[in-house]
Amino acid sequence: MTSLWSRLEPLLARVRKPARYIGCEDGAIVPQHGHGKVAWLLAYPDVYEVGLPNQGLQILYEILNERPDAVAERTYAPWVDLEALMRERGIPLFSVDSHRAAEDFDILAFNLSSELVFTNLLNMVDLAGVPVRAELRSPTDPIVMIGGHAAFNPEPMADFIDVAVLGEGEEVIGEITEVVREWKASGRTEGSRLAVLKALAQIPGVYVPSLYGVEYDGEHIREIKPLYAGVPERVMKRTVSDLGDWDYPRNPLAPITEVVHDRLAVEVFRGCTRGCRFCQAGMITRPVRERPAEQVRSMIVDGLQRTGYNEVSLTSLSTADFSGIESVISSIVPDPTACGAPTVSLPSLRVDAFTVGLAAKVAGGRRSGLTFAPEAGTWRLRTVINKLITEEDLYGAVESAFASGWSRAKLYFLTGLPTETDIDTQGIIDLAAGCVAVGKRHTGRANVTVSIGGFVPKSHTPFQWFGQNSVPELRRKIGLVRDAATKTKGVNVKWHDPSASLAEGLASRGDRRIGAVIERVWRDGGVFQEWSEYFKLDRWLDAMAAEGLSPDFYITRHRDEKEILPWHHLSAGLHQDFLWQDWRASLNEFGLEDCRWTPCYDCGVCTGDGLEHIVASPIPPAGGSQGTGQDLSRGGITPVTLRSKSSVGAS
Amino acid sequence: MKIRVSYSKLGKIRFTGHRDVAHMWERTMRKAGIAVAMSVGFTPRPKMAFGLALPTGAESLIELIDITLDPASGVTADQLDSIADRLSTSLPVGMSVTGIRECAGTEVSLQEGVVATTWVMLVAEPDGGPDIASAIERVNNSAEVLLTRERKGEKHLDNIRPGILELRSADAELMSSLPADWIGESVGHAIVAVLTTSGRGIRPTELVEVLVPESDPPINPWDHLNRVLRINQWIERDGERVDVLTGRAAHTSVSA
Repeated sequence: MTSLWSRLEPLLARVRKPARYIGCEDGAIVPQHGHGKVAWLLAYPDVYEVGLPNQGLQILYEILNERPDAVAERTYAPWVDLEALMRERGIPLFSVDSHRAAEDFDILAFNLSSELVFTNLLNMVDLAGVPVRAELRSPTDPIVMIGGHAAFNPEPMADFIDVAVLGEGEEVIGEITEVVREWKASGRTEGSRLAVLKALAQIPGVYVPSLYGVEYDGEHIREIKPLYAGVPERVMKRTVSDLGDWDYPRNPLAPITEVVHDRLAVEVFRGCTRGCRFCQAGMITRPVRERPAEQVRSMIVDGLQRTGYNEVSLTSLSTADFSGIESVISSIVPDPTACGAPTVSLPSLRVDAFTVGLAAKVAGGRRSGLTFAPEAGTWRLRTVINKLITEEDLYGAVESAFASGWSRAKLYFLTGLPTETDIDTQGIIDLAAGCVAVGKRHTGRANVTVSIGGFVPKSHTPFQWFGQNSVPELRRKIGLVRDAATKTKGVNVKWHDPSASLAEGLASRGDRRIGAVIERVWRDGGVFQEWSEYFKLDRWLDAMAAEGLSPDFYITRHRDEKEILPWHHLSAGLHQDFLWQDWRASLNEFGLEDCRWTPCYDCGVCTGDGLEHIVASPIPPAGGSQGTGQDLSRGGITPVTLRSKSSVGAS
Repeated sequence: MKIRVSYSKLGKIRFTGHRDVAHMWERTMRKAGIAVAMSVGFTPRPKMAFGLALPTGAESLIELIDITLDPASGVTADQLDSIADRLSTSLPVGMSVTGIRECAGTEVSLQEGVVATTWVMLVAEPDGGPDIASAIERVNNSAEVLLTRERKGEKHLDNIRPGILELRSADAELMSSLPADWIGESVGHAIVAVLTTSGRGIRPTELVEVLVPESDPPINPWDHLNRVLRINQWIERDGERVDVLTGRAAHTSVSA
């Protein structure tokens, strides 16, 4: 194994932001490769600034490097300028730690946080000098693996990956290392690739697409079944039972150049049972497992000391739900021994006055802006999506924010939700105007920014059966909001062009036939699809047409209960019938309470996995909105039935 | 107390930019546990004043930063040497403290005071046209060296000759005085240049542009500039260039 550094070095002064490619971070290890060790290249298929802060990758990097039989390095997608120079000079994909060629590693493991990076994965595999199609790989090629949230429907990537890992990686990476170590020791002989893949498929949570066959009946899937004896019919996600056993990263990576989320991150809990029906993260990461408050505190103090950061983000899907939130904040914020009274940031906050109180406590003198996510414009639609925030919750939160000195609030909304009508869309501006009115009682400068995104249904959620709104329909709805905002003082609207939601929808719920579309888009130059300057809708539509596939079938069509969905053989632990019932309850406008503090409704995760929620407090947090204490008796008054796509306005 | 710290920046870390280095220093001071005085105001900032920006991709034996310590840090003048070690340990690989001294409040700021810097540059010989040695001679013998530079989006033809204070091939003695592993596997004609930093200063890449033959489209100077190392920074005192950190005069150190 040799370093590519001397070939890369002359190129770096000629590209933008060359610090992306040098490693050198605080917390980076000096990789110790050696005979018998399994070498992992942990890859993030987006640019360094986006990938470096990723906590999943940092955690696995550290756990693997602690093992005597493994070594792990990192790589990120080279930006287009360096990629062009690399291809011109025949320089392959390299690690940033020791600048080794990707093909020198045994496992090329990609963390997928979104579907729009799928084409970048193909590009990086190709840059690595590894055949893009799994069937063409030889025993000397690395095993191409994916994990992360967007790996829960790996079917569109089935042709390109060897292995998908469902769920949390802390434990399963060790088991994978052991199998691959044996394979290495056996000399990786001709034909041994199938054998190692079969052995990997025996590990719970590990899915090997090539060991399964998919049969179609016209456009629909007739059957998905193992091709070999002993291959499990259904692959269940992995979950670590106690987050307190995994206090990683212990050596957080602090980059030497600016990145997104440029601060220490400490995960306070994993999983969420608020039950928002659109939220894939909340569904696939259950149950809730809190980290002990004392461990959170020591990870903050240690992490700040090691990195020199003076800001820490307490991460989770709903940080105000953390039982220990008040004690952690009150022990950290005024503590000069904790690296000089750090700034605390609280992402993903609930919408209620209690939460604003927390935000005020950590904000110090800064009052830049507070963000809330009501997601839908009317209570009716919020019961459909189970984002159970009443208008009183929102106005109470906003009242509290403006009273505490904030003058700006940002409200996040989705559009294109199931059963959404123009009344709901108009409701977005009504809510924003209501917030401005509340704010004006406190400051003349009060203003509210509405940020609006197009909804893309995801696998393993109650909305997996819902036909996504078409791009023109999403544009029309965003237009309604923008028009209404121009007549409303103090309200600004921010939005993204929804055309990328088509590609995201296609990849999110696609089957194996979508692989050919992804490959076409990549071959046509479609990389960095999350970056609007590189996204072209026509590339995707042309590729669909060339493959004879229908955008309506994959994106805008409602599915029914009998349909075999492409991820039918993969499980996030949620019972299929729970998801279906929750989907029907959604259409009937029935809200569902948070099961941490109410009786279990058997979604399947805890019972199926022998797990339970680990929550330090037996009572819901003070003032907790969203499924704790709202009057949910009003559902089902006007049941909604989804008929053809035209009934929800798709064109 | 205000301290003036000099530090080196060598190897891979040279690909970080000036803003990156500013952030590194903020984190370094906190890691080392040395409290920095904060500015007052709505968003307090640590009181650190940086010297001239080092171009991304260039290395240096002498970068400079002035840091005002918080009185609560308890640091005294006789502790400065031990602080240097603590800082070097906390800096990223490739950066270490090379000098530290107390800095009087009356001293001119680094941004204003430094008038010139000395560079060692490894320039690849051009494929066609005169070699670097004759290009150096041409520049030294000319009263006017013209270079098209952009200012506020407009192209201007500037005479950069007055700003080239010294220019010659580097001798073996100088090269052997540099850190052993500095050049790595890079090759090229080694030159020494003292370039002005006053007014619109002259960048090493701009010097390269006048040393290699013109071409269409214009060359990327980094195709020729294999390595570039700042070895000295000068301030003017009584009409003489003196070393910014030590106060030694130019004739004793520029060729050393």
